[in-house]
Amino acid sequence: MEKSLVINPDKCTGCLQCELACSYENEGVFNPSKSRIKVFTFHQEGRFVPYTCTQCSEAWCQQACPVDAISLNPVTGAKEVNESSCVGCKVCTISCPFGTINYNQSSGKVIKCDLCGGNPKCVEACPTQAITYVDADQTGLDKMRQWATETDNSSSTNTANA
Amino acid sequence: MSWAGKLLRVNLTTAEITTESLNEEWKNDYLGSRGLASKYLSEEIDPACDPLSAENKMIMATGPLTGTSAATAGRYVVVTKGPLTNCIACSNSGGFIGAEMKNAGWDMVIFEGKSPKPVYLYVENDKAELLDADEIWGTSVWNTDEWLHNKHQDPLLRIAAVGRPAENGCFYAGIVNDLHRAAGRSGVGSVMASKNLKAVAIRGTKGVGNISDPEGFMKAVNEGKAVLAENPVTGQGLPAYGTQVLMNVINEIGALPAHNMKDVQFDGAHAISGEAMHEPRKSDGKPNLTTNAACFGCTIACGRISTIDQGHFSVENKSQYWGNSGGLEYEAAWALGADNGVDDLDALTYVNFICNEEGFDPITFGATVAAAMEMYEDGVLTKEQTGGIEFNFGSALALTKAADWVAANEGFGVDLALGSKRLCEKYGRPELSMTVKGQEFPAYDPRGIQGIGLNYATSNRGACHVRGYTVASEVLGIPEKTDPLTAEGKPGLVKAFQDATGAVDSSGICLFTTFAWSLDNIAPQVEAACGGGWTAERLAEVGERIWNLEREFNLKAGITSADDTLPARLRTEAAKTGPAKGLVSKVEEMMPEYYELRGWSTDGVPTEETRKKLGLS
Ligand code: SF4
Ligand code: SF4
Ligand code: SF4
Repeated sequence: MEKSLVINPDKCTGCLQCELACSYENEGVFNPSKSRIKVFTFHQEGRFVPYTCTQCSEAWCQQACPVDAISLNPVTGAKEVNESSCVGCKVCTISCPFGTINYNQSSGKVIKCDLCGGNPKCVEACPTQAITYVDADQTGLDKMRQWATETDNSSSTNTANA
Repeated sequence: MSWAGKLLRVNLTTAEITTESLNEEWKNDYLGSRGLASKYLSEEIDPACDPLSAENKMIMATGPLTGTSAATAGRYVVVTKGPLTNCIACSNSGGFIGAEMKNAGWDMVIFEGKSPKPVYLYVENDKAELLDADEIWGTSVWNTDEWLHNKHQDPLLRIAAVGRPAENGCFYAGIVNDLHRAAGRSGVGSVMASKNLKAVAIRGTKGVGNISDPEGFMKAVNEGKAVLAENPVTGQGLPAYGTQVLMNVINEIGALPAHNMKDVQFDGAHAISGEAMHEPRKSDGKPNLTTNAACFGCTIACGRISTIDQGHFSVENKSQYWGNSGGLEYEAAWALGADNGVDDLDALTYVNFICNEEGFDPITFGATVAAAMEMYEDGVLTKEQTGGIEFNFGSALALTKAADWVAANEGFGVDLALGSKRLCEKYGRPELSMTVKGQEFPAYDPRGIQGIGLNYATSNRGACHVRGYTVASEVLGIPEKTDPLTAEGKPGLVKAFQDATGAVDSSGICLFTTFAWSLDNIAPQVEAACGGGWTAERLAEVGERIWNLEREFNLKAGITSADDTLPARLRTEAAKTGPAKGLVSKVEEMMPEYYELRGWSTDGVPTEETRKKLGLS
């Protein structure tokens, strides 16, 4: 079963454990600046919003790559960068509408989320379950459940009585 | 390993910046951060120097765990001689700048001398330069932060800065980083400003990679995180209520000092508590608290992000304060609230914002206002002297005005910027200053929690709760419950807490982990990161060494055993209500045993034997 990362900013505290886990897994250093996931702070609003590649099906990055360095992992669904073929031309970084594929100055190649081969380290590190890894067909399940309780009159009466 | 192994030395007088390798021997004896920086300071300055002179130095330091994924490993400290206390000062802060310094490849930065003109330090990995700060001198921390981000066109820049009170020599100005985290106590911000140093802006992209045993490290870190998650304080209480989880608890046990410590309980405690921050306001139905927030790498997330009611008098026509910012933590809510008899949550939040915006310590500020209120009620101060405002206990207006005046160094604010000791001396009522070694008490009354009184009296940076937080044992039962009302056994408890804290502070993690962790949880993380045989026993010994090093600094600075005491009020005026009713602090009774356990003479001086045992030279 293919799985997707699901991010729930409501739960995020901005601790950067995900960035540390990501950089350590992929680069061998604790280094937020080399993380494939980034947590944005909206200070005035009091919000923390993690963001990374959603592994879109269109895969603009893959299409744009002139040397076919980006390929689909059929098991995880991740679009993965093959470091040995990447020439660092950065065309993919221009074509991705979301900015989630980035150049890495130290290697001269691009980096993006590869779902850690199906074992996402950011998910493991997150203390608040703001990032989860779920059935790709059911990414909305939690939100649906929440709305379902609000829609269901008898369950809300039950809660009120409880 | 895990240390970067390098420090930056910034001579502000000559604008020369040099790099050095970290002293190997010292880092093995003092670990990092608080311990190591205190060692450098002790070796490099005359403890008797004037803290606001060019002779004093200021060290910003991280620990070996800072910047790693160990839970809460984002801390840094500022070590210097403090103007409030004339003692060694070490103020610890979270946020993100500590990790950024480490990511840039530096364990510490030593500032020396005094710049001829306002400057800020800009660090981008190996590049470090002093740049002109004329345009931001005379402005707030928040303005400085915005200006630097714009100037360098870098949203990821991490910034620590001082505000206007520091520039004006306020005795309790702090250094604020990441907008609302602060190295807040003892006046370290004024030392920074006295050197004409406005800010430190850092961008580090190297990361922390030289972990001695990577696999063991991840294991120890994950185990540590699990312990924090399962513990009721670090896993539930602190994330939900922040340190404000304590307000009602401490009030109930009769140890919430109120009205400049005349009382030990406060009627308005609930209204300013962590619980109240969750309750919807009448005006707009929104609670004070928007969300909790974490410092770098922290899986606890005790930080508060709050708003002020837009209809509150303090922010009328001031839309810049209508958004979210750092909210109240317990010590601030106590000092601004209970100690002044003010139960207006919005007023407290406003003053908290101002303390962050302008960089001054809400504990000392709040306690200074409390002393002023007592003098006002006693008729020592008149309405003319207090800016034309009634300065009674309970006045939210007086409190908010006082904050504005200190921020701008205006009117009565000039007096309030002195701190309570100098203020009360100036007006002939020194006994009304609730301080030890010139520093104001935090939020635990030594009559209702006996051990904390001994810790206050002996703390090397003046009255302070985070030097030996015996409240954990005496109130919360961590690691085991002791009776808060008795003095018995407390000298040993205080010493154990003080020593352990020295090690925790020196590793680069947050003290709040110790609600759940003992040194047994921390040692495996330090050992895996650093290598070289770091056991819990060795960490405790490092803590004890640090305590004695700081003590010796203070002795050379002129402190004597006569300074190891509490104000007469706490020793002679009994608690009027609650479980501690009728009790005074038994600090004098506890002191001889404490000195003995420390291996100090009856004058409070480390004996030759103690010095030898700890390898102090
Ligand atoms: S799944 Fe792996 S690569 Fe992707 S953001 Fe998370 S840690 Fe990084
Ligand atoms: S680890 Fe989780 S809580 Fe922490 S910043 Fe990342 S998403 Fe947010
Ligand atoms: S416990 Fe609180 S102060 Fe400590 S690191 Fe976490 S958020 Fe920061």
